[in-house]
Amino acid sequence: MLRDSLQRTRQAFFGRIATLLGATELDDQTWDEIEALLIQADLGIETALAVTEALRERVRAEGLTTYEQLREALKETLLSMLPEDVPSALAEPRLLTVILVVGVNGSGKTTTIAKLAHRFTREGWRVMLAAADTFRAAAIEQLQVWGERAGVPVIAGQIGGDAGAVTYDAIRAARARDYNLLLVDTAGRLHTKYNLMEELKKIRRVAARSVHEAPHEVWLVVDGTTGQNALAQARHFKEAVGVTGVIVTKLDSTARGGMVFAIGHELGLPVRYLGVGESLEDLQPFDPQAFVDGLFDE
Amino acid sequence: MPMFEGLSSRLDGIFKELRKRGKLNESDVDAALREIRLALLEADVHYSVVKSFVARVRERAIGAEVARSLTPGQQVVKIVYEELINTLGEPGRLDLSGDPPHVIMLVGLQGSGKTTTAAKLALHLRRQNHRPLMIAADTYRPAAIEQLQALGRQLDIPVYSEGADVAPPLIAGRGVRAAGQENASVVIIDTAGRLQIDDEMMAELAAIRDRVHPQETLLVADSMTGQEAVNIAQGFSDQVGITGLILTKVDGDARGGAAISMREVTGVPIKFLGTGEKIDGLEVFHPDRLARRILGMGDVLTLIERAEAIEMDEAEALALEEKFRTASFTLEDYRKMLQQVKRMGPLSQVLELVPGAGEIMKQISPEDIDRQLKRVEAIINSMTLAERERPRILNASRRKRIAAGSGTSVQEVNQLLKQFRYTQRMMEKLSRQKPPANLRGLFR
Repeated sequence: MLRDSLQRTRQAFFGRIATLLGATELDDQTWDEIEALLIQADLGIETALAVTEALRERVRAEGLTTYEQLREALKETLLSMLPEDVPSALAEPRLLTVILVVGVNGSGKTTTIAKLAHRFTREGWRVMLAAADTFRAAAIEQLQVWGERAGVPVIAGQIGGDAGAVTYDAIRAARARDYNLLLVDTAGRLHTKYNLMEELKKIRRVAARSVHEAPHEVWLVVDGTTGQNALAQARHFKEAVGVTGVIVTKLDSTARGGMVFAIGHELGLPVRYLGVGESLEDLQPFDPQAFVDGLFDE
Repeated sequence: MPMFEGLSSRLDGIFKELRKRGKLNESDVDAALREIRLALLEADVHYSVVKSFVARVRERAIGAEVARSLTPGQQVVKIVYEELINTLGEPGRLDLSGDPPHVIMLVGLQGSGKTTTAAKLALHLRRQNHRPLMIAADTYRPAAIEQLQALGRQLDIPVYSEGADVAPPLIAGRGVRAAGQENASVVIIDTAGRLQIDDEMMAELAAIRDRVHPQETLLVADSMTGQEAVNIAQGFSDQVGITGLILTKVDGDARGGAAISMREVTGVPIKFLGTGEKIDGLEVFHPDRLARRILGMGDVLTLIERAEAIEMDEAEALALEEKFRTASFTLEDYRKMLQQVKRMGPLSQVLELVPGAGEIMKQISPEDIDRQLKRVEAIINSMTLAERERPRILNASRRKRIAAGSGTSVQEVNQLLKQFRYTQRMMEKLSRQKPPANLRGLFR
């Protein structure tokens, strides 16, 4: 399924890189074009330059010439941009695990939470949702509909209410009713909004006060069609609330998802899941090797 | 990090050698164009769009006379800036000619901001004496209809809906008919978000279009969109046909290069910019401002406008000026000034609009300044009016009280007073002498 959704990316970009690498001679223009294609995949200039430079170095040092060699080298270079085996807090057993889901407006937080709820329920977790987006009109109703579809309870407050209070109530409810995983849906906010980022910090503090070492994970939902701004988002949210992982949505489009490399390379943040569609099942755990392979498979 | 930060100074580095020469030659220009290419890519302009854009700039720049007041680097940036404005095009106006009701259809990807924009647009139109009605044709996203209804209630603008179980083309068709009966003059259709490669969903949009024949079909697009922007714009343009663009979330810090890409591939004008979460956050598009932003030149005009919007009372301003002149500026005046500045928004946002502030922001955190200003204000607020007018009377016990009242420490109170005394002394000095020659030079 991931291969299907990445197929377009592959054909549009990395397929062309493969063609370039298959060229008889690797001259400056070829390298420029490889760099440009990486940029077109939304890797961002710095990461694209880093990848091209590293690949060039290997080609020089190891005398790579065949298409196969070059392709493998490029794959390995891209893979090296992604952080390796960052442990997930979900692996440790505890009475209640709290996950904060954050992101800018329209990135797909609520839909992603529904998909996460569905997935974790199937994995045996007792999942509860907290509707801490008390700002956007009908955001609470949206989560409630999803909660129903995924068969998980939703703790909600009033619109315009205090998001921290909703989080607190949800934690108490989860404890009282013996749920062991709480997903907190927060309002979308641009990372440049001081007050809204402060509110997010408050939600974090509420969780930290109520549950030992909570939130255990903070996941940033990034729209897969986002360009260079994805990195700024990740940087700011990480600074404000300690993001521990990234979920990239809308990758069933022709979007390249190249920011995955930029975020991994510059911030060391692992990607946890990819959103590849509108139904509850359309969420896939991120596998770096498969992701990179998927970009090149023919 | 942002490549465009100081593009002109970087270009000046390249042009250092040729300050004396009067014209830009081919090799100079090509050296500059590599920087420009990178900078545009960094701003998310699509690769192929960058290519054709750079070619146009090259044509104009080679042989161009370097104006006497400019360095060669500035001259190239000026050409780039002008060409950007050309590319972005004139701001588009809504076509509301002919008989009402005028139908406006909003289309776009999931999460681009259609529903919020529908409400903002409705409010904008009502302020121009139109009678808007919104149609809830997003039957897919859970609670999308409720969201539009809630916004409609908030604005007191009618919303037509038939729930989520009716086909959107039917809802749209009957909604437009209802608009005629309800005497609405303009109809805004909120459609579901969809990917441009989703054939089925795109066919549905075409079906809505064929049923209601919208006068305007506006593509609502996220200003943070990356290289994908061309595919999105092309897809909606080819399959549904669009008459204009609305760029949303421009209050973030994305450079907005996607605007150029979309504009270039569709040829339709940018009509509005969506800014902020407030329901009146919809701005008419100004190509020069967006060009400056894409170039990282800051957005002084927006800043000036915001400052104007503060509408400082003229008498108040005059009184303040008099106080500056006579050095009788008090802590109370200081507090008033702080409040004025605050109304422009958090300093962190104000600074973003200032050209060259990018450099400053790398060194100090504007959030820290915001916090600092908040403390200063708290301290002054904890003083009595008499204390604000005559800080001399602040003895130890008063200072202790003020620190407790403002949640700060006596040291912080002391520090503020020390700074204030220093400012006062500077003002006294300035008021005693004529403006020095170098300062006067600034105003020539």
